[in-house]
Amino acid sequence: MRYSGLKVITEGLFGNKGWKPAWRDPAPKAEYDAIIIGGGGHGLSTAFYLAKNHGMTNIAVLEKSHLGSGSIGRNTTIVRANYFLPGNSEFYSHSLKLWEGMEAELNYNVMHSQRGLINLFHSDGQRDAFVRRGNSMINQGDDAILLDREGVREQLPYLDFEQTRFPIYGGLYHPRGGSARHDAVAWGYARGADSRGVDLIQNCEVTGIDIENGRVTGVQTTRGAIRAKKVGIIVAGRSSQVAAMAGLRLPIESHILQAFVSEGLKPVINHVVSFGMGHFYISQSDKGGLVFGGDLDFYASYAARGNLPMVEHVMEAGMTLMPMIGRAKVLRSWGGIMDMTPDGSPIIDKTSVDGLFIDCGWNYGGFKAVPASGWCMAHLMATGQTHEVAAKYRLDRFANGHLLDEEGSGSQHNLH
Amino acid sequence: MLIKCPLCGPRDRREFYYYGSDDYLNRPGEAAPPSAWDDYLHNRDNPAGMTRDLWYHEMGCTSWLVVTRDTVTHDIHAVEPVAERGTTA
Repeated sequence: MRYSGLKVITEGLFGNKGWKPAWRDPAPKAEYDAIIIGGGGHGLSTAFYLAKNHGMTNIAVLEKSHLGSGSIGRNTTIVRANYFLPGNSEFYSHSLKLWEGMEAELNYNVMHSQRGLINLFHSDGQRDAFVRRGNSMINQGDDAILLDREGVREQLPYLDFEQTRFPIYGGLYHPRGGSARHDAVAWGYARGADSRGVDLIQNCEVTGIDIENGRVTGVQTTRGAIRAKKVGIIVAGRSSQVAAMAGLRLPIESHILQAFVSEGLKPVINHVVSFGMGHFYISQSDKGGLVFGGDLDFYASYAARGNLPMVEHVMEAGMTLMPMIGRAKVLRSWGGIMDMTPDGSPIIDKTSVDGLFIDCGWNYGGFKAVPASGWCMAHLMATGQTHEVAAKYRLDRFANGHLLDEEGSGSQHNLH
Repeated sequence: MLIKCPLCGPRDRREFYYYGSDDYLNRPGEAAPPSAWDDYLHNRDNPAGMTRDLWYHEMGCTSWLVVTRDTVTHDIHAVEPVAERGTTA
């Protein structure tokens, strides 16, 4: 069923009786050409691009809960391509281009809004670093504009420019950055994959990975054994557990990242704003809630809830930057589980088991990567070759020293 | 979250710095192959459940501590000084 304005009007006129479920609910078959473990944003986009770009339609996505029930359903929805390092820069640039065509490609409104992202800087040294980052973005073909203090004031008049602790020197403006409706991204890819014949199998938890003579032959699940010669693990948040089923030990430590949403307010924050010194970022959803967050809680955790010190820290940083939000009430908060890698960059690669692929380690930047991650993982699973924009996201880079440490903070998992 | 420092008693989480898994205590020797260094620095069991990790009582007695902790519930089961490792194990 193609969605359109006309369809909405005609359905409205006739009691909305013609709508059909956006995807089927198939039972698992005994064998597929490929299996994707994980029905989140990355898994669903991988399935979509396997079908669309590579003609592989006899595939299944296995999800232990419901589609989009992990981090794609709970995140701060920032979309940007402002990376510095070669390896990251071309990947996120590719991803942003896919975002820009996503709604037309999926025939689905993901509410992608390129409202502009402004990263603030607070010292001469930070300005130099942002000039360098901006040049790198421009060299990649993306957009970056250096704003001085008055330039920032013009766009974000509500900031506290007079604060003495972290005076605002300016900002790096990325006009094509913005946000999107996170659930819709999962649903759009799910619908697109399903309409091309992909089986999306929910409430189907993988309990084992079958390997014979170093080759993957299928998976064991709560809904029976399913055979496949290619299996992709795309389960950020549980990567270490699923990889362990295949005897793999990953360079990942799981951490909690908290985020917060205020009550709905009238439009007040038009951009995505990040406050580098205070580890705080904020945007306003189309529903009116202020969506904001800060740093990790910093200790390994799968609890999906955070602790008070980071709540305090985020609120303090927010109040330092924009005191006007002090009267907004926090409606809810949550903690998401992040795959933290020792260099802060992700992994899209083959494993030591033939036919077994892995896409993991998204740290806390997985949302904006959803389209390109799927694109590159699909390319890898279909052709056996690493895609050129994901060429540096190798599993063995930690062993051979080719790290992609965007922040230059060293090989400690929680410092990225 | 309170961590019961063996020297200082129960103290707020804010006083402690988290470093990582107690894998960091098993530093490879000089003759170790590169793969041992890769395991030491990067690869982790990363359990959803009981784990042992290193915390530094930065704003207290400055002891390095091995904390036995459940990563799903945040319950803390044991806190031992790294310096006494081997005598209690």
